[in-house]
Amino acid sequence: MEISQPLKPKDYKSDVPPIWCAGCGDYGVLASLTMAFSQNNVKPSDTVLVSGIGCSSRLPYFVTTFGMHTCHGRALPIATGIKLAKPDLRVVVVGGDGDHFSIGGGHLPHAARKNIDLLLIVMDNSIYGLTKGQVSPTSRPGMATTTTPYGSPDVPVNPVAYALVYGASFVAQSFSSNTKLTTDLIGKALNHKGFAFINVISPCPTFNKVDTFEYYKPLLKNIDEIHPDKGDKVKALSLAITMGRNNGEVPIGLFYQEERPTYVEMIQEIKIRNKGTDHPELGRIMDILRP
Amino acid sequence: MVIRVGGEGGEGVISTGDMLAQASARAGLEVLTFRTFPAEIKGGYAMYQLRVSTEKILSQGDTFHVCVVFNGEAYEMNKDLLAPGTVLVYDSPGGDFQPEATEGVIQYPVPMTKISKVDLGSPISKNMVALGAVMQLFSFPVDSLKDLIKAKFKKKGESVVEMNLRALEAGAEYVRSHLKKVDRFYVQPAQPREDRIMLSGNEAIGLGALVAGCRFFSCYPITPATDIANWLSRHLPKVNGVVVQAEDEIASLGQVIGATFAGVKAMTGTSGPGLDLMVELLGFASMAELPLVIADVQRGGPSTGLPTKSEQSDLFLAAKGGHGDFPRIVLAAATIEDCFYLTIEAFNLAERYQIPVILLSDGALASRTEKIKRPDLSKIRIINREAYSGGGEYQRYAVTETGVSPVSIPGQDGGRYIATGLEHSETAAPKYSPDYHEKMTEKRFRKIAALEDESPETECEGDKDGDLGIISWGLTQCAVREAMKECADRGLRVRALYPKLVFPVPVKAIQRFASTVKKVLIPELNYQGQFAELVAVHAGVNAIRFNLYGGLPFTPAQIREKITEVIK
Ligand SMILES: Cc1ncc(C[n+]2csc(CCOP(=O)(O)OP(=O)(O)O)c2C)c(N)n1
Ligand code: SF4
Repeated sequence: MEISQPLKPKDYKSDVPPIWCAGCGDYGVLASLTMAFSQNNVKPSDTVLVSGIGCSSRLPYFVTTFGMHTCHGRALPIATGIKLAKPDLRVVVVGGDGDHFSIGGGHLPHAARKNIDLLLIVMDNSIYGLTKGQVSPTSRPGMATTTTPYGSPDVPVNPVAYALVYGASFVAQSFSSNTKLTTDLIGKALNHKGFAFINVISPCPTFNKVDTFEYYKPLLKNIDEIHPDKGDKVKALSLAITMGRNNGEVPIGLFYQEERPTYVEMIQEIKIRNKGTDHPELGRIMDILRP
Repeated sequence: MVIRVGGEGGEGVISTGDMLAQASARAGLEVLTFRTFPAEIKGGYAMYQLRVSTEKILSQGDTFHVCVVFNGEAYEMNKDLLAPGTVLVYDSPGGDFQPEATEGVIQYPVPMTKISKVDLGSPISKNMVALGAVMQLFSFPVDSLKDLIKAKFKKKGESVVEMNLRALEAGAEYVRSHLKKVDRFYVQPAQPREDRIMLSGNEAIGLGALVAGCRFFSCYPITPATDIANWLSRHLPKVNGVVVQAEDEIASLGQVIGATFAGVKAMTGTSGPGLDLMVELLGFASMAELPLVIADVQRGGPSTGLPTKSEQSDLFLAAKGGHGDFPRIVLAAATIEDCFYLTIEAFNLAERYQIPVILLSDGALASRTEKIKRPDLSKIRIINREAYSGGGEYQRYAVTETGVSPVSIPGQDGGRYIATGLEHSETAAPKYSPDYHEKMTEKRFRKIAALEDESPETECEGDKDGDLGIISWGLTQCAVREAMKECADRGLRVRALYPKLVFPVPVKAIQRFASTVKKVLIPELNYQGQFAELVAVHAGVNAIRFNLYGGLPFTPAQIREKITEVIK
């Protein structure tokens, strides 16, 4: 997966220009991703970016890696299939908060607990961007949107807490304009063995007039100082809950990292135990079916 | 001879039937089994029917000749089918019921419960006592049965093997000393043959997948499809393949899509409710032109319906389900051999046309076991997708004459593209202009425009100028084939067409066939006449419909009677 002549961040950008609105938070994520690819010598042809549907899910077109732009909410299972079928490929999933916490919310727990070797980056703008401004699973209580003109009655999900409880082995949060931190976290995640989740708060200036850059900037707090032991899951969870998005300070940085066997490793072991071969004698398997 | 065993689920009905089937197959006989399960895990009526013959068997038959009942419920379920000349073997004295004396029905009471409980002190050996009695009464091969018992219980220890053998012997001995055989049913001895295998429809689909080169299987458990996953879970790792149980059917098709995009042949197995969930991704796979196979083992619908029964009612969904216009191929299996060969064919078509292929099977075929000729692997042709060989600017969706464009796989330098569900250009860039949507829709459909000509000819049998032509698909073909034989014997002028490709409808074969007969009949196991409707719309042939929708397969007699009625 390493290549000799290092590619620059711009070498990872395809000739398709992003279609995002001016000022969209997703630009910051794209910049951080290509920077992290460059810093980690990621070979584009050995990498697949998988997305669902949404503004954020357009990202694969803008990068020179292989890609899949699939159905709303279904990127994770598709990415899982790629990784399990061809473990040598590097798989990165990108998408929105609607994609991964609402319509695709049933897939996240399973990719996490199975410890599928891939990186999921959610561009969390607390709104449905592509469909022009409906309430999202991370919209704050009472928020007025096109489908909740009298205020949202829902309690929002806490993405970091969810990922921790689901069993993700790498959990982090960042902010779109903090490309240094985001690049750093993506780099760490690319080198992590197992399921890595980064929730990047990525404002949508067009449809979300509440969760703006200006709103977040003074509230962001890097947790490295108060949470140096990244293996402490209880502390990570407690920070995720007490410093949640609507409690004043918004925590960013690495919450949790553990090393445990990945699904690919376990599959590999099953193959070895069964003397798996690429040149099987199928006749021998058929003999089992003799009466 | 057809023998039926009935009793409470969990009482050993299935294992008794299985042993008779296995022993007969070992002894060189042809065997075909048919079973119904209760939807409950324990309790409820379970039935296992076994047909044995020295000749190739076409269907499960009309009814049984011998019925072995373990309890009163099983008797009640079957008593109306006890015709003169049939045999009833039942648990008495000491059982929970007394059969009525029916004119011409031969009754053999065997105290199964008493022998196992009192004489042997092993109530769970009741089915072995019954097995011994049946073996003795109808000359099932003793040695094969004993070998099977030894193999089956070896893991549980010597004493368990001993007890089962004693129970078998006790049943046989009871018959020898207490009963006088007055019926005419015997299992005839045959020559054991090396080149036979015995398997269920679901196992045959698993084996077919393995042979076709499938190396990734993902599923979510659902009756009656789960056995495909169970079988592949044991065997795919031996060929470096992977089986995953996903969180739902959307995810299982999703994983299959990821795997095939990565260049690995992949498949999922499901039943109607699962296929419902997969439909959005089915459209994606067709749009992104990804080869994959879905086995849909149909059960009775709608909703949860009849989970353990059979219907041919997913055809509309398989053929037409999904928004937008997109091509897919639907094949339907009628026999265990079909389950094997059509699974391979499904992969070959999927790869050749870069398209999703749905293979329809059903609940009866799923669990039916049958002895078939061992497939000759050297004669099986495997097709792989046309690979992009590099050079020039890569156009994943290049518009070609056949519609098929060479495909790259991730890891291939110069092969980069985005597999996309958006309408797109040749290079897979989003493109929504009217001319592109038209051009690309046409390209995708063009791939299978000549499918019928490129497929093996649809099988046909019977009289050239028939008074009646029957078109049947899937499981129903079994009953039709047997009915056809009987009709020929009686001098009826009937013709039959047996399509395996059901969608796109094989229009030419059907029109040609229809032009040689006076009337066309389409029997199928659904209420709406789903294939008949597709045939009417696509081939312009209006058939007489014959629909059963109770959850049980057609019997040859039902087809025969309908033929006589229609010809009159
Ligand atoms: C099955 C299905 N339902 C609904 C939609 C419409 N839709 C497209 S994107 C989207 C939500 C987008 O929000 P999010 O996932 O947060 O991504 P963003 O656009 O904000 O980046 C919806 C509802 C769809 N494409 N498919
Ligand atoms: S609508 Fe919002 S999320 Fe979508 S591109 Fe514009 S700013 Fe970004």
